[in-house]
Amino acid sequence: MKDIEKDLTIPIIARVEGEGALHLKIHEGKISQLELSIYEPPRLFEKFLEGRAPNEVIDAVARICGICPVAYQMSAVQAIEHIFEMKVSPWVHEMRRLFYCGEWMESHGLHIHMLAAPDFLRYPSVIAMAKDHPDIVKRGLHLHGLGLMLMALLGKRSVHPVGACVGGFYAAPKISAVLEVLAQFKKSLPLAQELVLWSASLPMAKVTQEFTSVCLRHPQEYPMNEGRIVSDRGLDIDISEFDNYLKESQVPYSTALQCHLQGKSYLVGPLARLNLNHHLLPAEVHDILKEGNITFPTQNMFHSVIARSVEIYYAMLEAIRIMENYVYTTTPHTPITPRAGIGFGCTEAPRGLLWHRYEFNDEGLVASSRIVPPTSQNQARIEEDLWHSLMAYGLDHSDDDLRFHSEMVIRNYDPCISCSTHFLQLKVDRV
Amino acid sequence: MEEVKPRIAIHKFTSCDGCQLAFLHLGEDLLTLAEKVDIVHFVEMGPINPTAKVDVAYIEGSISTPEEAKRIREIRANSRYLVTIGACATAGGIQALRNFADTKSWMQAIYATPETISTLDTATAISTHVKVDYEIYGCPVNSQQVLASLLSLLQKVTPTARRDKVCLECKRLGYVCVMVTKGEPCMGPVTHTGCGALCPSLGRGCYACYGPAENINTDSLTQWLSSLGLSDAEIARRFLFIQNSAPGFKEAGLKLQKKKAS
Repeated sequence: MKDIEKDLTIPIIARVEGEGALHLKIHEGKISQLELSIYEPPRLFEKFLEGRAPNEVIDAVARICGICPVAYQMSAVQAIEHIFEMKVSPWVHEMRRLFYCGEWMESHGLHIHMLAAPDFLRYPSVIAMAKDHPDIVKRGLHLHGLGLMLMALLGKRSVHPVGACVGGFYAAPKISAVLEVLAQFKKSLPLAQELVLWSASLPMAKVTQEFTSVCLRHPQEYPMNEGRIVSDRGLDIDISEFDNYLKESQVPYSTALQCHLQGKSYLVGPLARLNLNHHLLPAEVHDILKEGNITFPTQNMFHSVIARSVEIYYAMLEAIRIMENYVYTTTPHTPITPRAGIGFGCTEAPRGLLWHRYEFNDEGLVASSRIVPPTSQNQARIEEDLWHSLMAYGLDHSDDDLRFHSEMVIRNYDPCISCSTHFLQLKVDRV
Repeated sequence: MEEVKPRIAIHKFTSCDGCQLAFLHLGEDLLTLAEKVDIVHFVEMGPINPTAKVDVAYIEGSISTPEEAKRIREIRANSRYLVTIGACATAGGIQALRNFADTKSWMQAIYATPETISTLDTATAISTHVKVDYEIYGCPVNSQQVLASLLSLLQKVTPTARRDKVCLECKRLGYVCVMVTKGEPCMGPVTHTGCGALCPSLGRGCYACYGPAENINTDSLTQWLSSLGLSDAEIARRFLFIQNSAPGFKEAGLKLQKKKAS
């Protein structure tokens, strides 16, 4: 076995958002080549945003990702408000946070139950898993549904919501509508606590690895819409400095763009956020972490599923806090005064840092745009993790086992490949 | 005798993944659906069997690569009914804006080595490539529309499409007209209903994400929008947006662009 060369290809990675593949070459018991291939076709968003008016951008960028449209809208509004030198009201600040809570719950809920949990419990899909574990699946779908409800409260629908605009929201939700959602959230809070404890009890490998976590950090808030970009290795920069430190490049064995921090791969997403911001979580979250014997920071990538559960619980607490303090307003957005300039927006999408840069011209239209989605930033990290994890797992496992393990490693990152603003089709060299 | 369940597949092409969420956002109804039908191919949910013979194939996304152009033909050959879900599959989607531009120069602007990327100059609707049995336009489609189409097709009944306008939806729901009362530019008079008139409910104009309604009068709407002070370029952008390549919208938008150029 040792002296033969073998190829292992996963032509379609199931249970990820968007389409990707993995090609692995093993030579004399060692990995000689490993390529995570993204074959999601490019959609050229950055070009067709050119010439568009501010609020057209908000409606357009939602279409980058059906799973995290709020993230794209929030990074874009921030960048555009930066250019127009607008300051939004405290009401808008809170409502944007509420909107984001909904998307975290929706996206994490979908990932944990439909994409990741079948791995941990060894089922091919959530449908098969539901036959043996109906209560777990129903609890997950319920929490996921609450996230959808919250997105619809402010956006009228959960996929490509229509409520957000530059300066705030088109309209404020009625108090009665908020109270209705609030009641559901309060009633369901214990389910999120159960979810955290359940996710911590899932069978997972106790393997740690070296990696750098990168995310936003705000002095008082667990990061969503605001903050500086920080790492656990001392990075601490303004979002406008992103380009100076986080470089997109091509790697010799593939054509996919990857992002590196000073030449090294890094992690973005829920685990990175918890590693760097766990101290900002409220006491209720710390209590449940203690109860489940869960500690952050952690360098075990499989703990990502726990991080997502913790963020669902946090998002519910945060949403309850905001809804309890809700006041109706007749000025849900500040008016726009377009001007030329360059601006940056960076928010914490469910999968991590989502960075936008726009330039507007004198007519108040987009002159140029750049969007760096989280999965392009995680890509180098995923490949590095696969090298590490597959060697640790043992390459003498059967092809099926290696395939299963690789998919599980990839799914820890919840790669959302459909944000194909920046992904390249890869030519896979099959030997 | 064992019951033979109908078989369905959900296929993705160039898209944002948002329309297949019409299935994944069903909640517990997804489990019920899986009891009634066999979901044989649905990559995001788990099952992979791209060449399976099915009763109904749902298609998300437009055709923008040579591989996709080939794959859709195979799917057509294996499917009794083929249904497109969403603006991308039905009209090319927002990425069809490349059809009015020089795709090669766009590729060069974004990618350092565009020659390694296999892509077509156009992003086109599924019906440009194969016969489509039923089309659902919305960006995004909603779960009710998709399930209604499935139930009809499984009964061998042609799904009934409501092709009336968002304007009528506003009237039915009792929303005050945002264009008449606030002077908000609104695409409601030419846009297909089905969304629930969400934008007017927030006091904003419709931006036509559900595509063209039946028998639309784009010239009349153009005049209305002009009278509100919109330039030809601004009106053109409204037609050439999410549903830029849908019949009626494309012609209206290009006509305005041409007028501006001449």
